[in-house]
Amino acid sequence: MTTVLDKPAARPRSIGSRVGVRPRAVVVGAAAALGAFVISVFSLGTGDFEIAPADVVTTLFGEGNPAHEFIIGELRLPRLITALLVGAALAAGGAVFQSLVRNPLGSPDMLGVTNGASTAALTVVILGGTSTQLSVAAVAGGLVATLLIQLIAGRALHGFRFILVGIGLAAILTGISGYLLTRGVQMENARALLWLTGSLDGRDWGQAVPMIVVLGVTLPFLLLACGPGLRMLEMGDDAASALGVPVPLLRNASLLAAALLVSFAAASAGPVNFVALIAPHLAKRLTRAPGPNLLPSIFVGALLLTGADFIAQHLLEDRALPVGVVTGLVGGAYLVWLLTTERRAGRI
Amino acid sequence: MPPRAGRRSSVRLLGLVLALGVLVAVVVLSIGFGARFLSPGEVWAGLWDPASPSYRIVHDMRLPRTLLGLMVGMALGLAGAIMQALTRNPLADPGLLGINAGASAAVATAAVFFGVGTFFGYVWFALAGAAIVTAMVYAVGGGRSATPARLALAGAALNATLLSYVSAVLLADTQAIDRMKFWTAGSLASADFATVERLLPFFAAGLLTGLLVARPLNALSLGDDAARALGARPAVIRAAVIVAVTLLCGSATAACGPIVFVGLLIPHMVRPFTGPDLRWLLPYTAILAPVLLLGADVLGRILGSPGELQVGTVTAVLGGPLFLYLVRAAR
Repeated sequence: MTTVLDKPAARPRSIGSRVGVRPRAVVVGAAAALGAFVISVFSLGTGDFEIAPADVVTTLFGEGNPAHEFIIGELRLPRLITALLVGAALAAGGAVFQSLVRNPLGSPDMLGVTNGASTAALTVVILGGTSTQLSVAAVAGGLVATLLIQLIAGRALHGFRFILVGIGLAAILTGISGYLLTRGVQMENARALLWLTGSLDGRDWGQAVPMIVVLGVTLPFLLLACGPGLRMLEMGDDAASALGVPVPLLRNASLLAAALLVSFAAASAGPVNFVALIAPHLAKRLTRAPGPNLLPSIFVGALLLTGADFIAQHLLEDRALPVGVVTGLVGGAYLVWLLTTERRAGRI
Repeated sequence: MPPRAGRRSSVRLLGLVLALGVLVAVVVLSIGFGARFLSPGEVWAGLWDPASPSYRIVHDMRLPRTLLGLMVGMALGLAGAIMQALTRNPLADPGLLGINAGASAAVATAAVFFGVGTFFGYVWFALAGAAIVTAMVYAVGGGRSATPARLALAGAALNATLLSYVSAVLLADTQAIDRMKFWTAGSLASADFATVERLLPFFAAGLLTGLLVARPLNALSLGDDAARALGARPAVIRAAVIVAVTLLCGSATAACGPIVFVGLLIPHMVRPFTGPDLRWLLPYTAILAPVLLLGADVLGRILGSPGELQVGTVTAVLGGPLFLYLVRAAR
């Protein structure tokens, strides 16, 4: 699928255009990455034991004192890395979904993938399972939901039918989740709701390592093998296949990769709302480039989630909020704004 | 062709009577089913004869629940039908578009932040929430460029936002989670006569407005200019529809939580028979929507026994596949 990068014939002067690199996109990606790094340094430094930003940086490069090394390496870094990777994974998954269904609202949280993960995880919580079982169930649930949507929407995968099937499935799963919640007793429900909101509390290397593995496998695949094809696919199936893109294969492969990313993200931090919706959209607005904008989206996603988590930790004096509350509130506001502007522009 | 038209409307009238018969049967079933099964004869006796052994069961437990189901079903079905007519969008459903979720979000706010715990407290919040989302959905979906899929997606996004807000709010208060969990799933189980009585004025006002707009909405379906030529006032009609949807969905959600698909499916299933004429479509919907809701409730009681499945879950699980079928069947 890597085959059909646009031939230099289109824009022969710049080598960058062959692989779709645009200066603006590079700037946006770099700025987002820098922002994520700055927030990371601050969130590694704050807590019950404050560490100065300079000390954080030296510790990160392995030259700090043992106390700092323990606090950062053992306590704070796993959570931060989980946040960065979950943000990146959600953003990448969202970018692929939005590109495939050709709609800025077509993110996996709207289309039932996240609901699949949460319904499966909820079942485990209600049955009193361990957190490993919960993670496995979440991944399986997300993948099964994606397969179901794909299966029901049929082979002729039109964007709108995929969207409607996804919405229908999401509604069914919401109903089932409601039932599951009524089955649990109070403590289980509190755990279940906390999980459903999305939280990074108490995340350790056990959550971070699977994310590293999944991102390590799927991201290169998406970026190198699917990215250029997805950009062509946005021009329409016919145009893309005329340009030599193997449309069904590309769709299925990128959909599977995106579903994997989103499901693993849900397994690590719960179904954190809206990052998958907002990050790609924001990236696209900033870069003004066509296509899924995978790389800028990833950095924007990491920035968003770490930023939201930082806010969630420090918003209230007396206690920390789950990160999903912040992304939910910010996301809701963004959504209202998105709906009005897109409406005005006639795209909705 | 007057004779043919005459025959068609007499067939439709017959169909309406049949539908009413089905509704009565479902009502009898809904009163009869439960921990102790009552035969239709016992149901009849229990309804009217205070000396009958089934009188207490019927009046204390089953009747309020059935009446509530009847009202909520009618409300959601009618709201869906007039939303579909107003937005000219076959997928408009108060559940899918987030109107019920808007009411839920407001109710959760009321329960957690203001300590409100009764239907009468909830209903004002629910109405406010439903009104805001209805207006938003209309603003987004009323445009000519709004395709069904886009509107549904906008609604789904609103829905997701609002439901995540509900769980975030409930998270602040573990006792509220426990108190609200049946309501969040969509349930008729907590029905009593007090709730039914308090729901009644809102429901009646919404029902009346909804039925009254049938004729002008028919005119509006020809476009604003044609409607004006026919003597209708588009702005007034739209406002009336939004008021009716708000009253119907807000009060229904306050009483039993967010329920999806009822408002979508019944008008869809009825339309092949009645055609787009709302003067037929609305009465049919008003009679058959409670059949679906009460049927789902009875099914939930059977499947979930000794406990029960919440009616919101059953409508989602029953209605969802039907929705998927409609999506697949549509070209």
